[in-house]
Amino acid sequence: MTIGTLVFGVAFIVALGSAIAMLFARNAVHVALFLVAAQVALALTFLLQGAFFVAAVQIIIYAGAIMVLFLFVVMLLGVDRSEALVEPLPFQRPLALGLGALLAAGILYLAVAGIDAASTITGDGSGALLALNRDPGNVLALARVLFSRYLLPFEATSALLVAAIVGVMVLARRVGSISAVAPRISPAEEREVA
Amino acid sequence: MTEVAPSYFLVLAALLFSIGVVGALTRRNAIVIFMFIELMLNAVNLVFVTFSRMWGNLDGQVLVFFVLVVAAAEAVVGLAIILLITRRRESANVDDAHLLRW
Repeated sequence: MTIGTLVFGVAFIVALGSAIAMLFARNAVHVALFLVAAQVALALTFLLQGAFFVAAVQIIIYAGAIMVLFLFVVMLLGVDRSEALVEPLPFQRPLALGLGALLAAGILYLAVAGIDAASTITGDGSGALLALNRDPGNVLALARVLFSRYLLPFEATSALLVAAIVGVMVLARRVGSISAVAPRISPAEEREVA
Repeated sequence: MTEVAPSYFLVLAALLFSIGVVGALTRRNAIVIFMFIELMLNAVNLVFVTFSRMWGNLDGQVLVFFVLVVAAAEAVVGLAIILLITRRRESANVDDAHLLRW
């Protein structure tokens, strides 16, 4: 067993274990922390496959920025809100579990059976990727692809980001008369209305 | 580059994606549902990186960036909407927001 296999085994166990722990954690903060663990483990698998820059971005942006945003909102809303155990739809949980297992079986079949057929077409690109990582370097090669073939989608993402910023600013703006326009509704009042 | 076969990475991605689907369907807290969606996007990123390695070019790794940008935009707007809903009705439970349901 080489070091790469060992690292993959550790990443596999950590990612899968923390994803399963996410399902059972009651506290939203614990769910967020397990998600960070899963994302760090996924960054390891990126490193193993020669995607160095993507691994760094995964840690900085996903495990760093986005998860801090999530934790910020969880803290803002209060961490002590436990999830309601009432189920409006009966059998939703077992049904979701069964359908999820079915989905997992389907994708796993594709991943295991289809990959052999696919690799006869693609071959093993590890050598080519290694050469790219060695000669211009991962970041430089990535920049060349991103700013030539994918320039238009890249510009489109900037439009998307601007739209997101404007949208959030509109949503978060506190108008002075917000309570007059849309009064606060408590769940009890809402039940009365309904 | 590792000698671990690509299919093992795809198996990991498939399992993570399925767990994300089950979590998004079963949990009740809107923020937690969002976290499971992030988990699914991460699993897809792993698939992209694995395919990039199989083909031996960097297109898959570039696509990861686009997924990342979309995930960031979605998280920001979604969390703002959740904040507004919570400010209005003091609960992040998705079952409480059912005024439009038949």
